[in-house]
Amino acid sequence: MALLLRQSALRSALPRELLAACTISLSFRNFSVLNRPPPNYEGHVPLTRLEKAGLAVGSAVGSLINPYRGDLIAALGEATATPYFIYRLRDAMLSSPTGRRILRDRPRISSKTLSMDYLRGLPLNTVGRAYADWLDREGVSPDTRDTVKYIDDEECAYVMQRYRECHDFYHALTGLPIIREGEIALKAFEFSNTLLPMTGLSMFAVTTLKPVERKRFFNTYLPWALSNGLSAKEIINVYWEEVLETDVKTVREELGIEKPVDLREIRKKERARRKAEREAKQRSGDSLGIN
Amino acid sequence: MAMAMASKPAIRSFLRSTKFPCPYASVTARHFAHTPFRAESRPNAQPTNHERTTHFGFETVAEAEKEARVAGVFSNVATSYDTMNDFMSLGIHRLWKDYFVRSINPGSSSSSPPSSGWKMLDIAGGTGDIAFRLLDHCTNINNSPSSTITISDINPDMLAEGRKRSLSTSYAHSPRLSFLLANAEDLHTVPSNSIDLYTVAFGIRNFTNKDAALREAYRVLKPGGLFACLEFSGVTNPLLDAVYKRWSFGAIPLIGQLVAGDRASYQYLVESIEEFPKQEEFRNMIQTAGFVVPGKGWEDLTAGIAAIHKGIKPVEKS
Repeated sequence: MALLLRQSALRSALPRELLAACTISLSFRNFSVLNRPPPNYEGHVPLTRLEKAGLAVGSAVGSLINPYRGDLIAALGEATATPYFIYRLRDAMLSSPTGRRILRDRPRISSKTLSMDYLRGLPLNTVGRAYADWLDREGVSPDTRDTVKYIDDEECAYVMQRYRECHDFYHALTGLPIIREGEIALKAFEFSNTLLPMTGLSMFAVTTLKPVERKRFFNTYLPWALSNGLSAKEIINVYWEEVLETDVKTVREELGIEKPVDLREIRKKERARRKAEREAKQRSGDSLGIN
Repeated sequence: MAMAMASKPAIRSFLRSTKFPCPYASVTARHFAHTPFRAESRPNAQPTNHERTTHFGFETVAEAEKEARVAGVFSNVATSYDTMNDFMSLGIHRLWKDYFVRSINPGSSSSSPPSSGWKMLDIAGGTGDIAFRLLDHCTNINNSPSSTITISDINPDMLAEGRKRSLSTSYAHSPRLSFLLANAEDLHTVPSNSIDLYTVAFGIRNFTNKDAALREAYRVLKPGGLFACLEFSGVTNPLLDAVYKRWSFGAIPLIGQLVAGDRASYQYLVESIEEFPKQEEFRNMIQTAGFVVPGKGWEDLTAGIAAIHKGIKPVEKS
């Protein structure tokens, strides 16, 4: 599998997809835990193949057991992104002019770079306002994301960091809440669009959903995620910092995404319906003299 | 479900707040090779605290900085301490600690009826592992209910963890157990020649100045008192050493990431084990502080992965 050819010769000869797959086999990865190579960027921890495999399995199990361990989900993403998948995503960014600009500028999303007050002051239908409203509604901040540690290629590490930081924008774009159901639906969408293995592996979390939630997922949200994710443009290529004042509908149309049914609304209606049913049963029991 | 949704922001902020700022934010190089000491910039001037350097794992840091960095590490590991210890040593740390206490045989007395109990001091004993074992041994095996112990630690989070754990023992609010927040290099609240037993288990390798700690141990012990130290040491079998090193530098930081969510603290721990003086060198340091060592001065556990060092404060010849 390890081709000892010069990178430049290979780049001109092979199609892009094969190049992405070959990139990993061209880089030298024969080191042991006792003599790790120097880091490629700040915070980089080079892992051996065995360590990466262990991290992948351990973080998959750990995040399934305790989905609040965001650091494990992040680690799972990084451990499973190579070979191939993160390179494919980076190449998808390189194929688009906006993507290339993002890779050149390397913008970061945090409470330092995006002022929440400014976003809250934007008109109601803008991307920035939807993002701020969503953050406030769910009670999260843009600073909750771990920095990338386990991806060796420095540019791909930025791509992963960008994907992670944009995740909240995807929430705002689709309107999906941060409850388990919403997260899984969004991960399904991200998988069909970005092809990152971690997003696909997150589908195992459907086993932790309640039966009625699972039915809803398979009937409504999974079909929505698959059809929209596959047909839409690459969401990684949206330069969010530039579209903060654009109308959300415009951005959705440009990407080719339709908003799914509001999950919180459905759940509220479900709860109200069940409560009404319970009360009706209670009243009928009362009137029949059963209670 | 509404309750869960309402508390979700609370849970998220709680989880975020438990993640202490990592002291490693600025560290990049994590080589295995030793980093050389920084050369003195002014060879004629007396080195100040900021210019004297020491090891922090494989990093070389100013002495003044090491204490804060170690504090950060142990605040991070406090709550998952035992779980992580079990994972890292595959449960063997319990056997080591049991044997350590047995070999000290606290509360024993050669006179009959037995003299008043032992006054014990457990240093860097935050979570109470050793202290509770010592008290149990005194009470149950040597029938010495008047033996007392003070658990001392420099880190308030570890000490708080110890207090919590003491609640499930019978010593919880008894005069036999007390807690002391102190730096082992300066135990000014402990009077000289007052302690029968000074123990430190898996703590001394984190001290900035081990010699100062050894001198303080010498000061507070009574003549004839015992200094006992359980610490990681040099593996004597080369084949086992190769496996052990790979486990330390490969598996342990990985387990730290998976179980405790903190790779960097466990990377520091394995590096500090590597940096700590091995059996003979540490025995020599103990002797330099004034102790008399029995036999060769140490006992290897599990082929040298850990070692028990002992020293006795000599009795003045009358």
